[in-house]
Amino acid sequence: MTDPTRRYAHEMAALLRRGEVSSRELVEAHLAVAERQNRALNAWLVIDRRGALAGADAADRRIAEARGAGAAAMAALHPLCGLPVGLKDLVSVKGGQATAGSKILAGYIAPFDSTVTARLREAGAVILGKTNMDEFAMGSSTEHSAFGPTANPWALDRVPGGSSGGSAAAAAAYHTPLSIGTDTGGSIRQPASMCGIVGLKPTYGRVSRYGIVAFASSLDQIGPLARDARDAALLLHAVSGRDERDATSAPVPVPGGLLSLPASDDEAAGYLRGRRIALPREYFVEGMEPGVAARVREALAAMEAAGATVEEVSLPHTDYGLAAYYIIAPAECSSNLARYDGVKYGYADRSSGEYIADYLHTRGAGFGPEVKRRIMLGTYALSAGYYDAYYLKAQKVRTLIKADFDAVWAAGFDAICAPTSPTVAFPMGAKMADPVAMYLVDVCTLPINMAGLPGASIPAGLSDGLPVGLQVIGAPWSELSMLRLARAYEGITAGAPWRDVEPAELPLTDDPNTPGPIERKERLESAAAAGTGGQA
Amino acid sequence: MANLTRADVQHVAHLARLGLAEEELARLEGQLNHILDQYAVLASLDTEHIPPTAQTIELANILRDDVVQPSLSVEEALSNAPERSGGHFVVPAILGGEGGA
Repeated sequence: MTDPTRRYAHEMAALLRRGEVSSRELVEAHLAVAERQNRALNAWLVIDRRGALAGADAADRRIAEARGAGAAAMAALHPLCGLPVGLKDLVSVKGGQATAGSKILAGYIAPFDSTVTARLREAGAVILGKTNMDEFAMGSSTEHSAFGPTANPWALDRVPGGSSGGSAAAAAAYHTPLSIGTDTGGSIRQPASMCGIVGLKPTYGRVSRYGIVAFASSLDQIGPLARDARDAALLLHAVSGRDERDATSAPVPVPGGLLSLPASDDEAAGYLRGRRIALPREYFVEGMEPGVAARVREALAAMEAAGATVEEVSLPHTDYGLAAYYIIAPAECSSNLARYDGVKYGYADRSSGEYIADYLHTRGAGFGPEVKRRIMLGTYALSAGYYDAYYLKAQKVRTLIKADFDAVWAAGFDAICAPTSPTVAFPMGAKMADPVAMYLVDVCTLPINMAGLPGASIPAGLSDGLPVGLQVIGAPWSELSMLRLARAYEGITAGAPWRDVEPAELPLTDDPNTPGPIERKERLESAAAAGTGGQA
Repeated sequence: MANLTRADVQHVAHLARLGLAEEELARLEGQLNHILDQYAVLASLDTEHIPPTAQTIELANILRDDVVQPSLSVEEALSNAPERSGGHFVVPAILGGEGGA
């Protein structure tokens, strides 16, 4: 049989059910690639060979038992049973690390499973390991990880996007068919876009956040990254739904249709007939690469040719989104991250014996530069005398941004389509010295978090040989429709030449002397220090 | 809208309980002011009669029955503590010292 890692998750599930492959074989094959390519990518902070093989054996037993019990038992197995999944390293897995990409959580061992972890275990999914990320999910390139940057499998000197860059790179490089990310301002969609895969941020409240390290609690959501729409739908199905342990998870039914997106390209394409798609003119922002804008317009033309109607609309408060987001998210982060006090868990410097000094030393040494910057911004925005001018103002602007979207849904549109990111993957180091330039990377994704809407990024071709993402934005709780639309777009572009373009084969090596992204970053930094005086 | 001085940056760092080195304070002074400049765009928007949005789904007062459920054991809860004493976290003294509250 051909290399099983190259298959889609739904194909792997079918092979497992037919007994043509075992979960152990699947997981072994993925581990072998992940272990030998992680030098080149640094996508994984942990590859849990022992845990993954134990999970695979348990899944194989479950499948064998179900087969013995008959067709109904087989049908009751979740499609994810026996399939590998990667988890962003801010998802708690009992007995394992959850660093959130931060030194302050190095050595922390989670004493419980997150709800997402528990639901994946229930489904029978096999956790391969934990993926790299920007520290506390604050960043758009995965360069802000305390454990070194992740490389983009399409171009090793470029970023994979972020903050879920490890999850995106691992799925794009065939280390895993599926991974979990989180998205506060674009952290699932933007790396999915830059790595040429599908990523979906669900509606706020769709997935329980119990056991996930918090960044900005009115914005954070958890969601799937995968190589096609059907796979993303399967993973979303497994982790969604109301959870007693997260009061912000909503009692909204999980659509069973997520398990049965059409297999046939023609059938899938039929979904587009009669759909009304809105194209917001403000999302073609200044500084957008022409290749990105062209791919997005071509994608919409293709959907029109398949029977959809595309109409330009205005989301007039888009220009205020970035500023409002960069008040609200830091404000919430400054509050959430107050818990890292060196008392209950995590890094602690208790050398002074004086409690304020202990806090200062612990937090000063434990957090990296971007996290400190955001805590500072948030603390300032919430401080006496500035609350009304900044935080309250931003919350009012949030109302206006949400109302812009509400008007589009009220006008009867089925979805909004836009670019995911203004650029393709950029070179490592390019934006590290300028925080505002890095923040602008999320300009097309963060308004969706502000409005609490579901948003996906799907591959829409290449610009200069690098992937471009098309963003699909839906009304609240419309993930199934969005994924049907994504699947339809896959159907109408199934024969497009760009669909066959893949990242180049990565070096397989066990040699610890092979330069990886960490060494490349160090080289960039020393070059920058020699030239322009260093960076942030 | 604002211009943060070095003293302001130091004050905010203290409020946030971040011990920052001199070069970090210097860098943050420039960066924070640059970021605050981007916020100026908000002032041009009239929001006097717009209510604030704190969250986007209409859930309110989510309650559950008050029943005992399994939770972390004392051992598990303390398993990551930098310093413990018996069944407790050890915290620095906050009363009586120079920095006392």
